[in-house]
Amino acid sequence: MKTLKDMKEGEKTHVVKINGDGALRRRMMDMGLIDGTAVTVRRFAPLGDPIELSVRGFELSLRKADAELVEVK
Amino acid sequence: MSLKIALAGNPNTGKTTLFNALTGSSQHVGNWPGVTVEKKEGLLRADKSVVVEDLPGIYSLSPYTLDEVVARNYLTKERPDAILNIVDASNLERNLYLTTQLLELGIPMVIALNMRDVLQSRRDRLDAGCLAESLGCPCIPISALRGDGIPAVVQTVLDAAHGKGTRMPHPIAFDAPVERELASVAVILKGKIAPELERWASIKAFEQDWEALAEFKLGKEDMAKLKAVAEEAEKRLDDTGSVAITCGRYAFSERLVGRCLAIKAAGALTASDRIDRVVTNRWLALPIFVAVMGLVYYIAISTVGTMGTDWVNDVLFGEIVPRWLDTMQERLRLSAWLFSLVKDGIVAGVGSVLGFLPQMLVLFALLAILEDCGYMARIAFIMDRLFRRFGLSGKSFIPFMVGTGCGVPGVMSSRSIENINDRRLTVMTTTFMPCSAKLPIIALICGAVFDGSFWVAPAAYFIGIASIIVSGVMLKKTRLFAGDPSPFVIELPAYHWPGVMGVLRTVFERGMAFVKKAGSIILLATVLVWFLSSYDFRMRQVDEKESMLCTVSSVIAPVFAPTGFGDWRATAATITGLIAKENLVGTYRVLYQPPEDGTDGGQANEAGRTEETAALQPAESAVEEEPEDGSDYWEDFRRSYTPLAAFCLLIFNLLCAPCFAAIGAIHREMSSPRMTLFAVSYQCVFAYAVSMVVYQFGRLFGAERHFGFGTIAAAGLVVCAFYMLFFKKTFKAEEDR
Repeated sequence: MKTLKDMKEGEKTHVVKINGDGALRRRMMDMGLIDGTAVTVRRFAPLGDPIELSVRGFELSLRKADAELVEVK
Repeated sequence: MSLKIALAGNPNTGKTTLFNALTGSSQHVGNWPGVTVEKKEGLLRADKSVVVEDLPGIYSLSPYTLDEVVARNYLTKERPDAILNIVDASNLERNLYLTTQLLELGIPMVIALNMRDVLQSRRDRLDAGCLAESLGCPCIPISALRGDGIPAVVQTVLDAAHGKGTRMPHPIAFDAPVERELASVAVILKGKIAPELERWASIKAFEQDWEALAEFKLGKEDMAKLKAVAEEAEKRLDDTGSVAITCGRYAFSERLVGRCLAIKAAGALTASDRIDRVVTNRWLALPIFVAVMGLVYYIAISTVGTMGTDWVNDVLFGEIVPRWLDTMQERLRLSAWLFSLVKDGIVAGVGSVLGFLPQMLVLFALLAILEDCGYMARIAFIMDRLFRRFGLSGKSFIPFMVGTGCGVPGVMSSRSIENINDRRLTVMTTTFMPCSAKLPIIALICGAVFDGSFWVAPAAYFIGIASIIVSGVMLKKTRLFAGDPSPFVIELPAYHWPGVMGVLRTVFERGMAFVKKAGSIILLATVLVWFLSSYDFRMRQVDEKESMLCTVSSVIAPVFAPTGFGDWRATAATITGLIAKENLVGTYRVLYQPPEDGTDGGQANEAGRTEETAALQPAESAVEEEPEDGSDYWEDFRRSYTPLAAFCLLIFNLLCAPCFAAIGAIHREMSSPRMTLFAVSYQCVFAYAVSMVVYQFGRLFGAERHFGFGTIAAAGLVVCAFYMLFFKKTFKAEEDR
């Protein structure tokens, strides 16, 4: 099972599933991370965390711990 | 009844710019009842009988963030006459996600399509007619920044609010299986709630968002039925209702964008992308961050801002106003006490409020620019890793940095932190940083007791930083800061040029907020301390040395015995330090004045007064004054305290309650008297605990080898702190429910 956290800079993929529950999961989905969404990992912050993603034409930032909840292809 | 229009939209869409364009100067800023979310409303410029309510910028109407709850409660309970939904055309898919939710509220709606210049430079073509057709509500292209299309928006939204010629927007349709489930929910709700809210309520029930349904006051039986249906549906669809709904909305949004937006050059790098390549680059990000912060500090604290503040303090309130007062006194001949109240109490108090203002306005302008252009979000991105360990936001860096110059603007600059807990923690700990007004205290103790040793000043900064970290870790685990952790899932908005008018308006608003809210506390407290230090208990005007302040101080002083500085002078100086921290030095100078110095009471009084006004000046001047005439009382100071006790006095004054101005600012940002009181008490208790621990362990391990009850108490405190830091589990909000 691969998650967003395991991706490299510049890699493109599609979301398979969002794990977790409550506010965090809902927030990620509200921001457009749902089944089949195309995601590109833009870069990691200078201290290695958080991650910057490109989703649906805008830039989204997630912590690695949360990115682990996003299963990707 | 005046008409109400709600302005709703995502953050970073130009919503504030549009709001300013719609309402002009007739704005009122307050708080939503019971919460700390800012509430802004204004009268429509074109028709002053119409109220425009600027809802918080939100991505969704989910029940999870305070902003979202505030917005949706307003929409479902207050029922505005029309919604004006601002949609950022350069970011359609996600913006329309909110739009699909607003459509379900059964309120006439108009969409303002903010065509950023971004869209034009990308040479994409957006068909507004196609959007209007599919959404069932008028879509009007505008440019919020340049003001294009605003009259058309005003006219259309007014027509909609009056109910002229507009149909109700039609909610989007979901997939057949989802619609089947929604229909079975709707059957239960039919007739029990207003028909225009039926769609909204069925979807919320299907999503099992019971908070949203609470307002309809359905019977227990109906609620149980709804729950059963929703749970069954979940089994049939093999997914929760909210997932199905969210996917349905995004699927609709994708299809709509595909139909109405023609993209010329897909995948091309925008200007914003190119900026980000440099600004958040792995190697360059931190140096650029340091440079930007250095520039902010340099402009606001070292140069422009301080020049303004110096002018207000030294010229306006140092020369012009006192001279004017003296001339007035010659004419009016007020009694001495009244004149002193006006000059040393009220005017000094007003001066200390207004003195901070120039510096603060410059800082607010810089922060507004950083926020407006999009860099503030990058600060959170760059610094998050460092700060979240201490329960703080990456954006907390700015208050702490500004706080080394002055705690008042430091506290005020915490505004950009979204999470309420992060913000409150930042507000509480910002004043631990040694501000410039604390430098004279450091100079006094370093010079008088430690022969100007190099390590005292760095130690002060180290203690400040350590206190922030320790407090952050400890407080984050308490019930008070438990709350729902707001997830760090943030948008990094595209960079764009900040609007001049918008920046100026923010500066004006925040400046006024400080003068009003913080000003009253500062003024009251300053007058109180003036009264205490100018009168004795027989209400005679006396020198500070014989005043009530000293009597009160000798009563309080023993409390500080375990920290090493239990003499009344330390207490008196600490109290006057609450007006402005550098007053502590001035007070010591007055209190150590040899009695023969003031043969005539009035003269001594005069000296005391000048001392106090001098102490109100900014730190730099006070530091420069030190070497010239410092030594006379430095000698007495050295004799009064052991080096250890003097160091503890320093620690206490660095960490305890800040000056009244900063307390006022804390009050402004906490917007809760209880939290303000908690913050100030925490600071005092923390300062007391730290200085006591240092003093008691210093005595135990120092030359004295002193062991006593105090040592045991100090050891107890250390154990408690260790427990809080390393063993205590974070208080979980769920257990509370």
